[in-house]
Amino acid sequence: MALPWIILLTPLLSAAFITLFTQRLRNFSAMISVAACLVSFVGVCVLHFWPNGSPTAAMGWLDLGPVFSVSIGFTVDRLSKAMLFVVTGVGLLIHIYSLGYMEDDAGKSRYFAGLSLFMFSMIGIVFADNFVMMFIFWELVGVSSYILIGHWFDKPAPPAAANKAFITNRIGDFGFMLGILMLWVSTGTVYFTGLKSAVPALAGNPGFLAVATVLVFCGAVGKSAQFPLHVWLPDAMEGPTPVSALIHAATMVAAGVYMLSRVYFLVAASPAAQAVIGAIGITTAVGAALMATQQNDIKRILAYSTLSQLGYMICAAGIAPNGPAMYHLFTHAFFKALLFLGAGAVIYGTHHEQDIWKMGGLKNRLPSTFLTFLVGTLALTGCPGLSGFFSKDAIISAAREGGHPFIFALALATAFLTSFYMFRLMVVVFWGHTRTEHARDGHQPPAVMTIPLWILAIASIIAGYGFFAGRFLTLPKEHMDMGVASLSILVFLAGGGLAWYFYNGRDSDPIVIPLLANRFYLDELYHTLIALTQDLAASLSATFDRWILDGAIVRGLSSAAWITGFVLRFLQLGNLQAYAFLFGGGFVILIYYFLFSKP
Amino acid sequence: MELTLDDYLLVSGLLFAIGFAGVLLRRNIIIIFMCLEMMLNAANLSLVAFSRFNVQAGLPNYNGQMLVFFIITVAAAEVAVGLAVIVALYRARGTTHVEDISSLKF
Amino acid sequence: MMTAILFWFFAALMLGFACAVVFNRNPVASALSLVVSFIGLAALFVMLDAYFLGTIQVLVYAGAVMVLFLFIIMLLDLKAEVRRKLHIGIVAGGLAVAAAFVFQLCAVLEELPFGGRGFPAIRQPLNDVRNVGYVLFSDYNLPFQVVGVLLLVATIGVVILSKRELK
Repeated sequence: MALPWIILLTPLLSAAFITLFTQRLRNFSAMISVAACLVSFVGVCVLHFWPNGSPTAAMGWLDLGPVFSVSIGFTVDRLSKAMLFVVTGVGLLIHIYSLGYMEDDAGKSRYFAGLSLFMFSMIGIVFADNFVMMFIFWELVGVSSYILIGHWFDKPAPPAAANKAFITNRIGDFGFMLGILMLWVSTGTVYFTGLKSAVPALAGNPGFLAVATVLVFCGAVGKSAQFPLHVWLPDAMEGPTPVSALIHAATMVAAGVYMLSRVYFLVAASPAAQAVIGAIGITTAVGAALMATQQNDIKRILAYSTLSQLGYMICAAGIAPNGPAMYHLFTHAFFKALLFLGAGAVIYGTHHEQDIWKMGGLKNRLPSTFLTFLVGTLALTGCPGLSGFFSKDAIISAAREGGHPFIFALALATAFLTSFYMFRLMVVVFWGHTRTEHARDGHQPPAVMTIPLWILAIASIIAGYGFFAGRFLTLPKEHMDMGVASLSILVFLAGGGLAWYFYNGRDSDPIVIPLLANRFYLDELYHTLIALTQDLAASLSATFDRWILDGAIVRGLSSAAWITGFVLRFLQLGNLQAYAFLFGGGFVILIYYFLFSKP
Repeated sequence: MELTLDDYLLVSGLLFAIGFAGVLLRRNIIIIFMCLEMMLNAANLSLVAFSRFNVQAGLPNYNGQMLVFFIITVAAAEVAVGLAVIVALYRARGTTHVEDISSLKF
Repeated sequence: MMTAILFWFFAALMLGFACAVVFNRNPVASALSLVVSFIGLAALFVMLDAYFLGTIQVLVYAGAVMVLFLFIIMLLDLKAEVRRKLHIGIVAGGLAVAAAFVFQLCAVLEELPFGGRGFPAIRQPLNDVRNVGYVLFSDYNLPFQVVGVLLLVATIGVVILSKRELK
């Protein structure tokens, strides 16, 4: 049956069509792209009622005989259905939102083509039934991200950010590839089903399995922007806000978490890998939350928030494989997309102002945006009753139950910081008095932008409950641990209260911590390292070129020829009898050699 | 005392050596040329000796003598041309002293 | 017995006058010594029953080639060679090479298995000229014709080379 093929290929056809034929017709291109996304979403809804399994015959893609053959196949199970719903649902809402946000943009066709390409690639990752196919679409998603981040390429910052994103991802993908190769070499298959059955055999060599799993995890480190490859995500905010919402909040960065959930059996079989993944995840969560408290650009704050939440998810995927990570991914997609789209509405309404200290008092000027943004904030910070509360709780409980006290404490600290910086954002942007002209002119965005906000707001509220999420995922527990719940409520209120106390009525940031504001100076550190490496390589090459290639080889050869000529020159005596003497002498020697000494 | 092949070959070799020493020691180019002819004749003597030695059916092996015939002829032609060259050289350089003709020296 | 004496006599004649060629200052004297040496060689040819070749040796070599040498010596009006200082090393070197050659020759001659034998008998009467002509014009006809062309070429070359000014 062709339904998975339709879901997968419609966005690709839309992207191709727009690129080839309708570049001039901006509105038409936008419509095509939205229609394609709608088709995919409807297809996913229909697919939801299909039984699990892979009913579609795969298309052979690379066939090297018995040694290696890979096909483009489809996995239809609970996990992929859940992820597909998130990807296409949130994607559709963002497509509609973009109709308003990118209304006057000159590169609208290019933008929508990029969005369609992204949808195709992301759906491909979700559907993948083997590592090679996933890797192909992994890279395609990176390409789409590059295209979309660098959308406004006439300014200097976006292309640089796009480069940074792609290169950093590439570093992670290198480890990913090594991991895939290790698994293929040891088990002979790259299919997830095959790997799952081969894991018990692999578990006999724990070191090998740990290394392979950690290398595969490197792909997630790159794609989901974990420490130390997190540096690209804040810079990626140079792209248009809907792109940030779709790609860098809800879906692409979640691909790492999805991949880890796909191969949870590998993680589950290797305690060492679990420790590594958990450690990196929680480090990212805490570090990003700390950095977010000192940022002043509305999108940057949200970007660091995304980093932090991704850290949560990755940590959960490490300490509790096949557990609450997907749950949090599910809820996070909705409220983070909502927050980004809300930020976009604020930016749109204040004539592209992005510094929070130049806004203020917007709650009366943009009421709709304010309310939906509030819902998103409450969901993110874990207000009881909203979706984020349940999913975050699940993770914190898992940390406590898994016997990771350190991670538990850090997770709670992160929740506190999350609450703190989000309410800082809300207070500074929406309360108080308007600080600048732009803020005073703040106006509501058009309906095509506010309706997706409301839909996402509703989703953020209900996504945690069993009647909605339970259709897609296996929820961790029916009733939750009261101890953990009360602790989370406590940190939520503490963070909110502190933020109100510090920031209400201020015009500039009272707390200044340069280490955090400069993001732990990691960007500078990377720059220096790269510059050093390049200089070293350049000087080595220069020395090699100057001394060995030029000196020893080129000049050496020419000198050898010259010296030989110079020495032989002395045989040219110009004297006839000297020649005759040499001739006779040689003759005598030859006779001696041939007749008397040689056999 | 019967004559043997060795005797003729020895005489031929001595003649050759004398000619070669003349080429190396004399300075006048005409004399050198004459010593060169002497060396050719030494070879001729060897050939004729061998021809006489290899008797088939009562006759000497005339192939050796044929070669001598041709050597003499070609040597005559060579002397003619060589002396013409020497004359041209004398007209150009004004000397027949071999040490003065060394413009191919490095 | 007689043959041996004659052989050594003519050999000594030949070698002696050959030495005279090498050591004589006067070029005319050298040339004439060489003529005598060639006559000695012709005698040796005759002793080896090569009558035709002996005749040819005298006619061509002694009679034509050496005369040509004398003509050139007269043409160039060569005086006796002015004695220049002779480097002792050069003399030693030249003599050493020649001596080495003779030495090696003697060593080889000792090894020769057939060297100690005398000459086999040949039938008498030996029609030497007839035999030579027979072989020359049957087996060696082509080289004979070629040598004719060679002599023609040499003649032309000599004429051109001796022109005073080549324009």
